[in-house]
Amino acid sequence: MIVDANPSITRRGFADKILRRGPLEAIATTIIAAGVVMLMQPFFLTLYSWSLATTLFGTVMFTIVSKVRE
Amino acid sequence: MNDLSASSRINYQAVMVRPSVERRIRGLSDKALAWLFITPTIVLLLAINIFPLLWTIYLSFTNYRANRPNAPTIWLGTDWYQSILTDPDIWAAMQVTAHFVIWTVVIETVLGFGLAFLIDKKFRGHGIWTTIILLPMMLSPAVVGNFWTFLYQPQIGLFNYVVAFFTSGDASSFQMLGDVRLSPWAIVIVDAWMWTPYVMLICLAGLRSIPDYIYEAAEVDRASKWRQFWSITLPMALPFIMLAVLFRGIENFKMFDMVNLLTGGGPGSTTEVASITLKRAAFESWRTGYSSAFAIILFVTVFGLANIYVKALNKVKSR
Repeated sequence: MIVDANPSITRRGFADKILRRGPLEAIATTIIAAGVVMLMQPFFLTLYSWSLATTLFGTVMFTIVSKVRE
Repeated sequence: MNDLSASSRINYQAVMVRPSVERRIRGLSDKALAWLFITPTIVLLLAINIFPLLWTIYLSFTNYRANRPNAPTIWLGTDWYQSILTDPDIWAAMQVTAHFVIWTVVIETVLGFGLAFLIDKKFRGHGIWTTIILLPMMLSPAVVGNFWTFLYQPQIGLFNYVVAFFTSGDASSFQMLGDVRLSPWAIVIVDAWMWTPYVMLICLAGLRSIPDYIYEAAEVDRASKWRQFWSITLPMALPFIMLAVLFRGIENFKMFDMVNLLTGGGPGSTTEVASITLKRAAFESWRTGYSSAFAIILFVTVFGLANIYVKALNKVKSR
């Protein structure tokens, strides 16, 4: 049986890597950009219909994560 | 004599009043003083920006019509949003906007960066050329819209004559503003003519921020001019180019005045960008609730893009 001696340290390392302002802002920015592209693309009406929800979600996410520690 | 005594009485009163006012102000804390100065601005901001925004959000959920203010207002929920986001006509207007935004941003960025690259070489008379290039940017969009309408005239317009001169065709054989295929390009040309200098200015700031010693080090390493451009100039000017792209993208997404003056959205709806569709819904059809919902959709998009813009701006600032 393998026992992880320092599980909390590993978890903190992962959290430190992901839950930082930089990567989270990058994700939010990508979602906003995707929403804008969905709004103006000429191919699928369904994508156009979901564009507002996507942009709004990205914007709210950006506003929240810009308060997360660096 | 009487005048003299009157003025001395006023002075005496002023001397009596001033210390008490000073004492009262001196009694305020720094925080209170800060609030005293900020309050008028906040009140103005609330009255001019925040209240209309909240009111528009409220109206976007109702059937309110501005031409029938006394009619009962019914709460419709998200009906208008669903209607707009499934309407093929509004989707078409978004595609017209996309055509306008993408082409203007591409042309302005390529030309603006090219001009900035040339101006940065500091040739003889580069100052006067910079001023001449910047002139269109300083004009009002209303003026630009009006005089380009004359330039595009098939009979007397200079644009048609110049094109006919280079293509050996007939000047009156095409109409830039009346042709379904050409009118979307007509508004792109005018916007590119007007705003390329602005992009040039931002790119020039980026190019001038690159220190000379990097090029000197590249020269020592025998890097060719081509290599210097791709490895030094372009990467270091990229944040500034991004800034220009985002700013022009946001501005052109909201474009109204120039397009309204040039084509008014026509012929048909070939140049009907989103803001013109919005104006027609709000002030021609008087569908205030519907147009409020449309305005909120455009606002969310612009707000999202503005967030990206601010992020790019901070990146440039931190350099």
